[in-house]
Amino acid sequence: MHKALIQKLVLTVLGMFAFAFALVPLYDVFCDITGLNGKVDLVVAEQSTSVDDSRQVEVSFTTHAKSSAPFQVKAQQYSVSVQPGKLSEVRFVAHNLSDTARVMQAIPSVSPGQAAKYLHKLACFCFDQQPLDANQSMEFVLRFYVDTELPKDVQELTLSYTLYDITESETAYSGEQTQSQFVSQYYLIQTNPVRGPQNG
Amino acid sequence: MSTTAQDQTVSHEHHGAPSGLKRWLFTTNHKDIGSLYLLFSLLMFLTGGAMAMVIRAELFQPGMQLVDPHFFNQMTTVHGLVMVFGAVMPAFTGLANWMIPMMIGAPDMALPRMNNWSFWILPFAFAILLASLFMEGGGPAFGWTFYAPLSTTYSNDNTALFVFAVHIMGVSSIMGAINVIVTIVNMRAPGMTWMKLPLFVWTWLITAFLLIAVMPVLAGAVTMVLTDKYFGTSFFDAAGGGDPVMFQHIFWFFGHPEVYIMILPAFGIISTIVPTFSRKKLFGYASMVYATSSIALLSFVVWAHHMFTTGMPLAGELFFMYATMLISVPTGVKVFNWVATMWRGSISFEIPMMFAIAFIVLFTLGGFSGLMLAITPADFQYHDTYFVVAHFHYVLVTGAVFSIMAAAYYWLPKWTGNMFNETLAQWHFWLSLVSVNVLFFPMHFVGLAGMPRRIPDYALQFADFNAIISVGGFAFGLSQLLFVAVVFKCVAGGKPAEDKVWDGAEGLEWQVASPAPYHTFSTPPKVD
Repeated sequence: MHKALIQKLVLTVLGMFAFAFALVPLYDVFCDITGLNGKVDLVVAEQSTSVDDSRQVEVSFTTHAKSSAPFQVKAQQYSVSVQPGKLSEVRFVAHNLSDTARVMQAIPSVSPGQAAKYLHKLACFCFDQQPLDANQSMEFVLRFYVDTELPKDVQELTLSYTLYDITESETAYSGEQTQSQFVSQYYLIQTNPVRGPQNG
Repeated sequence: MSTTAQDQTVSHEHHGAPSGLKRWLFTTNHKDIGSLYLLFSLLMFLTGGAMAMVIRAELFQPGMQLVDPHFFNQMTTVHGLVMVFGAVMPAFTGLANWMIPMMIGAPDMALPRMNNWSFWILPFAFAILLASLFMEGGGPAFGWTFYAPLSTTYSNDNTALFVFAVHIMGVSSIMGAINVIVTIVNMRAPGMTWMKLPLFVWTWLITAFLLIAVMPVLAGAVTMVLTDKYFGTSFFDAAGGGDPVMFQHIFWFFGHPEVYIMILPAFGIISTIVPTFSRKKLFGYASMVYATSSIALLSFVVWAHHMFTTGMPLAGELFFMYATMLISVPTGVKVFNWVATMWRGSISFEIPMMFAIAFIVLFTLGGFSGLMLAITPADFQYHDTYFVVAHFHYVLVTGAVFSIMAAAYYWLPKWTGNMFNETLAQWHFWLSLVSVNVLFFPMHFVGLAGMPRRIPDYALQFADFNAIISVGGFAFGLSQLLFVAVVFKCVAGGKPAEDKVWDGAEGLEWQVASPAPYHTFSTPPKVD
């Protein structure tokens, strides 16, 4: 007499387990539609058909390398002033600071978050993984425009790139930091202040 | 089903409990399994408590004294995991096993063999988790919330052990929940209609549905951590197209209902004890049922109040702020119902009632600090400080744990057939009550002053308060040994308990003998 109920309950459990994984695409779709989270599409956009010449929007660029990624990427201009709808080009110089060939992945993000879906890129080094030889410098062009639909209260926005070293996940995934590395980093941050390091 | 029930009525005089270890390993009896759960949870409560003692010893003075930061982080992490999954949840499951069949007039749980399994995998889960503390690299050190990338990129190789331990705990809880639902839905005695169910049964039914809804999501989250760490997926790794903030959404989608899983059965216990010692019927039974259900439903739409500082848009922050505050309405209904039950009652202050009254006052206090945390702009100040630690220890220690102790004192005479030592229990209550407030109340102040949580060292201005907190902590920890003493003395002997131990008590469990016979209600009672 319990069988029917148990079946339903077990199905619910399995359904909720699947739902946890369904949250992953749902989350992306949700961020996509609402433009929350400053997530930018990693796809090539179409060129704009109209230009809004009634206003100027200030777009600044910033990059930072994640933890131990040995890269430096610099925009040639710190910021540009653009008319919504008009295509702009900015040059970036990427530099591999290490003595080995590395693969770089740049992940863009826009602040304020709700402006993310109004920034369209036609060409970006973030679309691809970028292999860089030892100490190699390379120039990339970012081609983008700001949508004419951009809310009027957004007068400036920042495009930020986080640089990741994905050399190891490229070949064979073994990308864990060892515990001792982590602990020693932790000590550097944590143990100075009050009484000085005792284990240092 | 019916034939086995008849067999038992004929022959149960002859087959009592088998003796020795086998009785406990192979038992399918709900009372045996309930006892196992309760003893296991007591053991875990002491284990997690010992870790809290390490934490408080380190924080007694500023500077690094006893343990290194990595070990300190393991202590905070494993303390949280052990207390949530090892102490509070199994204790409630144990109470459910013991009491639900007796309260609804059923001979046993619906799925006795699964019941055995769901208990016996738990010790293995915690053996795995605790063993990882002794391995090279140590145990999990990323907080019980195991936020990515702390648990993926920056964790040690033993993370897989943590993941498997959580998987097993999840499977155990889910099986327990299925068992509770099937028992309550299918095995109520004739005449035990829905709106006659004791509130402990009602709250457990709703809790079981919450468990079924969210434990699989937790299993999914740890699985994603596992594959991100060991198999190169990128659920939470931005470099591969994932998003670490998504981890927090998935985790708290589980995590917020989880906190209600740990408090709804407590509401049921308090709703049972307060009427008994007020010698009145519970005020507002139906509103209690509806309030519990609405709390459960609302718990699914408030998860992001744990993440106000992740950079949510204003609309989101407002939604989660108001939704969170809305929960205080059904919770307020409950608190006022308890107070109204006591109003003009003929109250006597036996130990279970003392714990219940302490619960009502102190849990409400924890609820208030929760409301403060729900205010988004204020939360930016409180986030990740000791104010949060104070809040959730008020709702979990003086809330959930006090209710479990109230329940233990309330039903111990029924379980063992002996009255417990009243003097010792009085000492346990008063020492716990004072020390728990010395322990957790000053945390509000250091939190508001900006002391961050999960840090082994702190700025000098927090030194005095932390010393007081630690003293409270040691006192509370030691007081719990009195509880262990009371329980074991009561099991060993004492003044024989009557069948109806408390004169104001109502319910089917008081119609059976004390101690409760191995098999009860083999023939269902008739409920009017």
